[in-house]
Amino acid sequence: MNTPPILEMRGITKEFPGVKALDNVSFRVAQGEIHCLVGENGAGKSTLMKVLSGVYPHGTYSGDILLNGQVQSYRGIRDSEHAGIAIIYQELALIPELTVYENIFLGNEIRNGPIVNWNETIKRAGEMLAKVRLKVNPAAKIKDLGVGKQQLVEIAKALSRNIKLLILDEPTAALNEDDSANLLDLLRGLRDQGVTCIMISHKLKEVLAIADTVTVLRDGQTICTLDAHKGEVSEGALIKHMVGREIDNIYPQREHKQPGDVVLEVRGWNAYDPALGREILHNVSMNVRRGEIVGVAGLMGSGRTELALSIFGNPLGYQVKGELRVKGEQRSFRDPEAAIKAGVAYVTEDRKGNGLILIQDVKENITLANLQAIAKNSMIDGNAEIKVANEYRTSLNIKTPTVEQRVSNLSGGNQQKVCLGKWLFVKPDLLILDEPTRGIDVGAKYEIYTLMNRLVEQGMSIIMISSELPEVLGMSDRVYIVSSGRITGELPIAEATPEKVMHLATN
Amino acid sequence: MFFQDLQKVLRQNIREYGMFIALFVIMGIFAVTTKGIFLSARNLSNLLNQTGYIAVLAVGMTLVIVIRHIDLSVGFLAGFLGAVAAIALSSWGMPVVLVVPMVLAMGAIAGLITALPVAQLGIPSFVASLAGWLIYRGFLQLVTEGTGTIIISNEAFNAIGNGFIPDIPNIGILNETHKLTLLAGAVAIVLFIMSEISRRRNQEAYNFEVLPPAIFTIKLVFISVLVAAITWVLASYQGISWTVVIMLVVVGIYHFITTQTVLGRHIYAVGGNPDAAELSGISVKRIIYMVFGSMGLLSALSGILFAARLTSASTTAGTLFELDAIAAAYVGGVSAAGGVGRVTGSIIGALVMTSLINGMNLMGVGISSQYIVRGAVLAGAVIFDVATRRSSK
Repeated sequence: MNTPPILEMRGITKEFPGVKALDNVSFRVAQGEIHCLVGENGAGKSTLMKVLSGVYPHGTYSGDILLNGQVQSYRGIRDSEHAGIAIIYQELALIPELTVYENIFLGNEIRNGPIVNWNETIKRAGEMLAKVRLKVNPAAKIKDLGVGKQQLVEIAKALSRNIKLLILDEPTAALNEDDSANLLDLLRGLRDQGVTCIMISHKLKEVLAIADTVTVLRDGQTICTLDAHKGEVSEGALIKHMVGREIDNIYPQREHKQPGDVVLEVRGWNAYDPALGREILHNVSMNVRRGEIVGVAGLMGSGRTELALSIFGNPLGYQVKGELRVKGEQRSFRDPEAAIKAGVAYVTEDRKGNGLILIQDVKENITLANLQAIAKNSMIDGNAEIKVANEYRTSLNIKTPTVEQRVSNLSGGNQQKVCLGKWLFVKPDLLILDEPTRGIDVGAKYEIYTLMNRLVEQGMSIIMISSELPEVLGMSDRVYIVSSGRITGELPIAEATPEKVMHLATN
Repeated sequence: MFFQDLQKVLRQNIREYGMFIALFVIMGIFAVTTKGIFLSARNLSNLLNQTGYIAVLAVGMTLVIVIRHIDLSVGFLAGFLGAVAAIALSSWGMPVVLVVPMVLAMGAIAGLITALPVAQLGIPSFVASLAGWLIYRGFLQLVTEGTGTIIISNEAFNAIGNGFIPDIPNIGILNETHKLTLLAGAVAIVLFIMSEISRRRNQEAYNFEVLPPAIFTIKLVFISVLVAAITWVLASYQGISWTVVIMLVVVGIYHFITTQTVLGRHIYAVGGNPDAAELSGISVKRIIYMVFGSMGLLSALSGILFAARLTSASTTAGTLFELDAIAAAYVGGVSAAGGVGRVTGSIIGALVMTSLINGMNLMGVGISSQYIVRGAVLAGAVIFDVATRRSSK
């Protein structure tokens, strides 16, 4: 397609404290095409779209955005919407209790002065729904529609605003196959009507099926832009560009010893999430042995965290079926407390959300999960607490002036070490680490890897969930690959190549 | 050097000391405007007794707010349980030693009932306790309907709200004062100084930052003088009242639980981040039951104190207590965002609010203006709290 670009982003650089999220990224989208943006988690796709949509306003990044050849400087989302850019995020931004037509025109009401013209609204909503080929009553409430239909309502909402550019962030992540196929079909239809579309996706099959052009990002840089109509796009080529780099030496060496007895085993494990109204884990079977690091690779939303939580006392209240054995004994944990008592610990991927008590200090966070150990007759021994906290501060190299420092004042890496300290203090047999190095710098990462090696040498078992492929391959003895709530593969480390794992994870 | 230290300490601890400063300013203003009557022995004694039934509620409410909930039912629950106590004493002729534990147990059960829908179904505590507010108001009117105000003639019971601790026999000196009160004050000062010094030694042993010596000395002297002054004033009247004793015991127990025990730590963890607490093996439900149960128990205590003070139970007892208790907790520095707030702060908050009422009554300020002033002080306290919290980040 040799039409002039509708969008051009030139030399975009965006830095966060300590991290360069985007490094001189260039991105061109031609008028009327479907342009897919692919890359691993953390490659910078979402950051780039946030720059484009004004979530990060003009001035917080360097580089230029040109829309139809005009330089744009958005101060916020409103400006980008005004310019004709619509983003549909993975988490839908609809209001469940309102009707379809109310949602479609929310913030963009058809009105006569202050009074909404509901008849016109309903009529126009019907037209928009026809455009996205959705046959629902415009007066239905959003909460009564399935996720697939909600997604279409989001698109209808975007179309009602006369957009120039439609951006979809992993639109099919929550959809089943029929809904996904339907959505892709619709996108093709919209393209034929002249709508330009940018789609972020992890599902390479979809990318192959729909893209006119693909841009690959890796580590905050543009790796390449491939033209599907010239036959440049294939699954192999995409994976090669996404994985790209050699696995470097940032992983401390460890002998892969013969592992010991089975510490944890799940068989035929299913979980249904009543909040989402669908099954999130299907027939999962896995085991972990003593002194072993088992990697769980999979993309965001593949069900990795749900698997960990369903084992760790099921705090979110899934309906779980299946067999769970810990050290050979069949168990079913009523709550995390029971799981902790049985020797299982879970270090969350979201340390600020549900890992730490940010307003409390380092020592209070470290001792929280095992207060009885520093208490006599339920009375906390303050001196013992300080002593324990200082031990972990030294052994984990937590950089803080004192253990009485609030954890909200620590850097991400040190916060993560506080989380680890807390769970090491419960002296678990099995440590589940969910994205243990997310958002922390290289130095702290190395320290955490070294610690993991030390722990397994002492006989602990570790499950490491991670979407960073090099990390999984660099640290694990064995790898399970999760995709759409299923285990799609199990590989010993010697056979686990980035290409194989990525292939199974995008299955 | 000294003033720099003082400035630094004040700036760092402005939130903690702010309430005390506010209390002193308010007391100072009233001392002037009432020409000293406010600070008279009789009035101070009266002021503390007035504070009692709100203060115990404020202590319980502090924990409820710390775990991000609210309990609106406490006022009429206190009123209703006060009426139950009155009926049990007057009509049923039950002895005080049975009535008090019975009423306290009823309060705890009522609290657990409020907690039930909150913990099990996730019903907002505002709604659950609003239902309780209506129900207990109904109960109160139901039991007092036939009789109207129920007079309590049991002296032992009424002493809870009006009596003073007995004195030791005269030994020749200080015959005009209440000697046991003086003794208690002296013991309190000695204990306070000893515990502060041992805490400081401990902190020094761990190389923690401690107050500069001059400031530390001033703090000890200041608080000791304050306690001595209050003790002296009370001793020169009738001594410490039973209400004050109860209040001190409640604060002591709750302060101990919140600062020294596993349970206390769990409560603040749930308030700070319920998801993290749950994942750390703390049952958030159990904490909700405990905190609301304790709130119910303290409501019963508040009802007993109030009925004893008035020597009767009336149809309107307990009206607006819940809002006074909530206001006291907020003035005392508890945060609606959860996880922050001390029971000692709430007691100061209760004293601030009662001082306002007491002082303005002495000045002859009309009731309508009183509400406006109290509202302004509450708003000011919370704005101050939020502003200092932000700047300390």
